[in-house]
Amino acid sequence: MSAFAVNVRVVRALGMRSIRQTFRRPQLIAPIVVFPTILLAIQTGGAGGAVELPGFPPVQSFLQFMLAGAMMQSLMLAGNSGGIALAVDIEMGFTDRLFSAPIPRFAIVLGRLAGTAALGLFASLWFLAIGLVFGAEIESGVAGALLAIVLVTACAMAVGGIGAAIALRTGSASVVQGLFPLVLVVLFLSSAFFPVDLMIEPARTIAEYNPLSLVVEGVREPIISGIDAADTLYAVLAILGIVLLGLLLSARALRHRLRVG
Amino acid sequence: MEAAVPIPAWRANLATIGALMARAKNELVRVPGAAIPGVLAPTIFFLGLNGVFGALTQLRGFETGTYESFIVPISMLQGAGFTGAAAGVNLARDIEQGWLDRLLVSPAPRWVLLAGTVLAASARSLIPASFVLAIALALGAGWPGVDGLLVTFFMVAAMAAVAACWGSFLALRFKSQSAAPLMQAGMMGLILTTTAYAPLALLQGWLQDIARVNPVTQVVEAARQGFVGSVTWTETWPGLLALTGLLLVLGTLALREMRRTGQ
Repeated sequence: MSAFAVNVRVVRALGMRSIRQTFRRPQLIAPIVVFPTILLAIQTGGAGGAVELPGFPPVQSFLQFMLAGAMMQSLMLAGNSGGIALAVDIEMGFTDRLFSAPIPRFAIVLGRLAGTAALGLFASLWFLAIGLVFGAEIESGVAGALLAIVLVTACAMAVGGIGAAIALRTGSASVVQGLFPLVLVVLFLSSAFFPVDLMIEPARTIAEYNPLSLVVEGVREPIISGIDAADTLYAVLAILGIVLLGLLLSARALRHRLRVG
Repeated sequence: MEAAVPIPAWRANLATIGALMARAKNELVRVPGAAIPGVLAPTIFFLGLNGVFGALTQLRGFETGTYESFIVPISMLQGAGFTGAAAGVNLARDIEQGWLDRLLVSPAPRWVLLAGTVLAASARSLIPASFVLAIALALGAGWPGVDGLLVTFFMVAAMAAVAACWGSFLALRFKSQSAAPLMQAGMMGLILTTTAYAPLALLQGWLQDIARVNPVTQVVEAARQGFVGSVTWTETWPGLLALTGLLLVLGTLALREMRRTGQ
């Protein structure tokens, strides 16, 4: 068997393990799906009148506008959960056993990220289904839905890279768990929940420069209007930027972990 | 030799409640980091919701001038919800580690053990509430007046007691910290399915229906009145009644589980 095939098998096995881990324990899946769903329902019902504000982009409903935000929240939490699970593996000594196995180190991180990507895929399907069930239309049809799914899945993997880097660096599940409020900060300071132009300063300025806003717009446009090449390109570039950051941080953290044991 | 005078039961009960509250306080003093999530989460929600949904005040029918004033009681109540749920998580940890078993074999009545947990959460909830309030006032929220402040803090402390009863009920039922998301989600759902984001008339269909029957809406309105207008008895008594009802129901459930535990 070629080295490439072996690596693919390792990544697949570790990816499947992380997916099973999440779906077997309701307390892991709850923050990823249940919290964003509750918040989506409450924000849609509570702030739904916002669509009447001057300057609000033309949308069928506030739910349609909010779907992208719910997906982003879910994928960010999936990335955080992936980091927590990796940190637990480090605390329990499972990662040490993997380090001593004849498999490339990157495959260990990639396996975890494959699991996080699967959660991102699940989240995008879940929220698209919720949207459709409650009457939100996907304006650009199947192609737009597929584009949203691909972007959300890729972004989940990218964000998971940062979670994995922090887990590898600290080796502490409680530290990674402590980043949960930071996830909320990054989300609130993006266009996930409201159009940037209608946000209050300084949130508006920060949201304009937050790369997550670019991903949000890339996911939202196919849902509320149509596929926009520029928005899609910016979203892809933002995801690539997050991937690059995650790779750099993970590589450094992995070296640190191997050095300190 | 003089015979020892027996301590009256009420005094022994008070001493036990005091000791349990002191234990919770010690935890806070010895591990200050443990209080950070309870303080940080409502603060982030306050700053985030204010920055994101602040423009909602431009809607017709939204009579409050600033969104800071409108949303700050929600964040204070959220802090109470998180603190109460954390009390449930701590009780679950005590069950897992066998600490509660030792309390159960003591002569202290079960209601006293529950009261210690609940009252400690009530007192602790004033920390995030004060922190969020200070930030809100610094950012331009209206001063609620002394009477408004007292009503708000009373509602916050009582809401923390409600949340602690809910958390304790789940902790005693499931005997595991894994129930933590249920404790937090339950309180989050109860507090946010009210007039949290906008006045009742501006809520959308289903949420308007739920908010109308959710007793916490009355608590929110009572806690908010000083920030958006003046304090009146008409706005206050429904909140007090709602809290009494919630405490009775959830307190009874928690006490029933406490009595069943170890039998």
